[in-house]
Amino acid sequence: MGEITFTKLKKNCKKDMSGVKECRLAIMGDCATQHLATAIRGYGVEEGIHFEVFDADYNQIDAQLLDPESEFYQFEAQFALIYMCSEKLYHSFCETEQKAGFADMVYQKIRTYWDLINTHVHVNIIQFTFVETDDRVFGNYASKTQASFLYQVKKLNFLLMNGSQEVKNVFLMDLNYIEAQYGRAAVYDDKLYYIAKMPLSTAVLPEVARQVTDIVKAISGRIKKCVITDLDNTLWGGVIGDDGLEGIQIGELGLGHAFEEFQMWLKELKSRGIILAVCSKNNEDTAKEPFLKHPEMVLHLDDFSMFVANWEDKASNIRYIQETINIGMDSIVFLDDNPFERNQVRSMIPDITVPELPEDPAMYLSYLKRLNLFETASYSESDKDRTKQYQAEIERTVSRQQYQNYDEYLQSLGMVAVAKPFDKFHYPRIAQLTQRSNQFNLRTVRYTEAEIEALAANDHFLTLYFMLKDQFGDHGLISVVILEKRDDETLFMYNWLMSCRVLKRGMEEFIINKVIETARENGYRKVIGEYIRTPKNAMVRDIYAKLGFKELGDGLFEADVDTFVQNKTFIKIEEGKEEQQ
Amino acid sequence: MSREEILKKVNEIFWDVFDDDSIVVTEDTTAADIEDWDSLTHITLISEVESEFGFTFAMKDVLGMKDVGEMLDIIEKEI
Repeated sequence: MGEITFTKLKKNCKKDMSGVKECRLAIMGDCATQHLATAIRGYGVEEGIHFEVFDADYNQIDAQLLDPESEFYQFEAQFALIYMCSEKLYHSFCETEQKAGFADMVYQKIRTYWDLINTHVHVNIIQFTFVETDDRVFGNYASKTQASFLYQVKKLNFLLMNGSQEVKNVFLMDLNYIEAQYGRAAVYDDKLYYIAKMPLSTAVLPEVARQVTDIVKAISGRIKKCVITDLDNTLWGGVIGDDGLEGIQIGELGLGHAFEEFQMWLKELKSRGIILAVCSKNNEDTAKEPFLKHPEMVLHLDDFSMFVANWEDKASNIRYIQETINIGMDSIVFLDDNPFERNQVRSMIPDITVPELPEDPAMYLSYLKRLNLFETASYSESDKDRTKQYQAEIERTVSRQQYQNYDEYLQSLGMVAVAKPFDKFHYPRIAQLTQRSNQFNLRTVRYTEAEIEALAANDHFLTLYFMLKDQFGDHGLISVVILEKRDDETLFMYNWLMSCRVLKRGMEEFIINKVIETARENGYRKVIGEYIRTPKNAMVRDIYAKLGFKELGDGLFEADVDTFVQNKTFIKIEEGKEEQQ
Repeated sequence: MSREEILKKVNEIFWDVFDDDSIVVTEDTTAADIEDWDSLTHITLISEVESEFGFTFAMKDVLGMKDVGEMLDIIEKEI
């Protein structure tokens, strides 16, 4: 299945991870989960995650969740994994008279589990979907009657999918997808289930552990944001410089079909908010020709945030793209058919992900899908506009070069901002920003949508989100501030983060002015800020000091509301929006 | 494959599963002789032997095996 075996994962568990911050994961199942627990711990080691695992005893979900003093609640997990297997499900299906109402009944039970957890603790729930197996009691007719197990288990998965959209801290791990990928025989070990109550084969455990880890990583902010792709023999067959426009393979016929589908997939990634960029060893005009003139190209120039085609080495070009787009190298995936280029990039830039594309282009897609590189813990409608935002950013860079003086340039942008307390329309984007921001993030507290919603309703906190636009385009929601009411006099900046897209526009200044103003309006006299160092946020180490706070030591900074001098900024508050607060 | 060769391979699987290269397995070795050989590790062992030799044990064999010798009997018969 994969290269990592269960035995390897088991050995990993012996490695000392005490230097790494622990991630507390509780596992509850209606089957035996010991090996699953081992696999997840071992997979964490592969990914640099120190899983501290509580593995509940066999079939103890009810007992753990109903008793407020249970081990599960005391464990204070960050992630609670619930694995209910289709085999047990089938057992209770057989005992049920009302077959047609079975899925609803089970869904209600699971929904009660989620609600119980959410009443007692603050945790992200990872629920496994059910494997959509059938007993063939009806044969193919099973699809045509609600009385079949097949119908009920498919319906149950659908109910879980809908339910996880309502209960925001529930994330589904699609075990059914894994089975569809690898097949029943590879995933399920009949005798293992009968003798040990373990429905998952030893061979599939690493894959299941990987998917669980992928979800944990995404919720913790470790996500991919950008694909940089080569052109010749990657996006189309052949070499545009040698074969010419008529000679390259793209389109429905022959070899071109594989490349057409590959481009369609990249375009889907773009719509979901992944930035695309080109990095090709070519003359720029030659490289752009297929995008401008070939009728069967799926991707067009405006699908890419950056297009870099020259004869420099690829590592340098990738660095240039990364610096311009301003995201972490570890959030970039580089696609290239040439093993030499891949190795060069890998050795020059260790943090970037470079998939080992198969030699046969027909296999590109299956291979990339199997890697599951684009796991995410959030999605908002505005994600599809991300490419436009980056393109506008590059126009701004060009415009900036025309001004002698930076202030003049900032004034010319005509920037307008919105500052408002969290509202339900923006919960998804706010949560997403807390998950995505690494560099401009003062305390790096991550939130799910459910947590943002709770925070907005919590009287102990004041919340603010910021949006910015200018004559080139709309940046959307780009910064989040959470203020904790420490005491009658003091507001503590519990978190402040900002998208790096809007750095050096006077937005930092605008935000701090707004924070001080908010403190003043609410009768506070002091604002305390804190910088907690991570491997990625060195850029904001001195931000509070630069913006007029007094350094107290230990990463703490203080501003006196009465004597605070407003920071200079050219950003205006949007007319008509302020009074809605 | 001779019985001796099978035993050698099985011994290597034991090293891997128990993560201990000092284990020496003989025909008479039982679960009582190896400290970590509990019911969970037994399952891992069975899975590893199955994938190494390319067959699957019957349910009764998994539960009924008394010592390594009996495991070798089954492997010999299946491959």
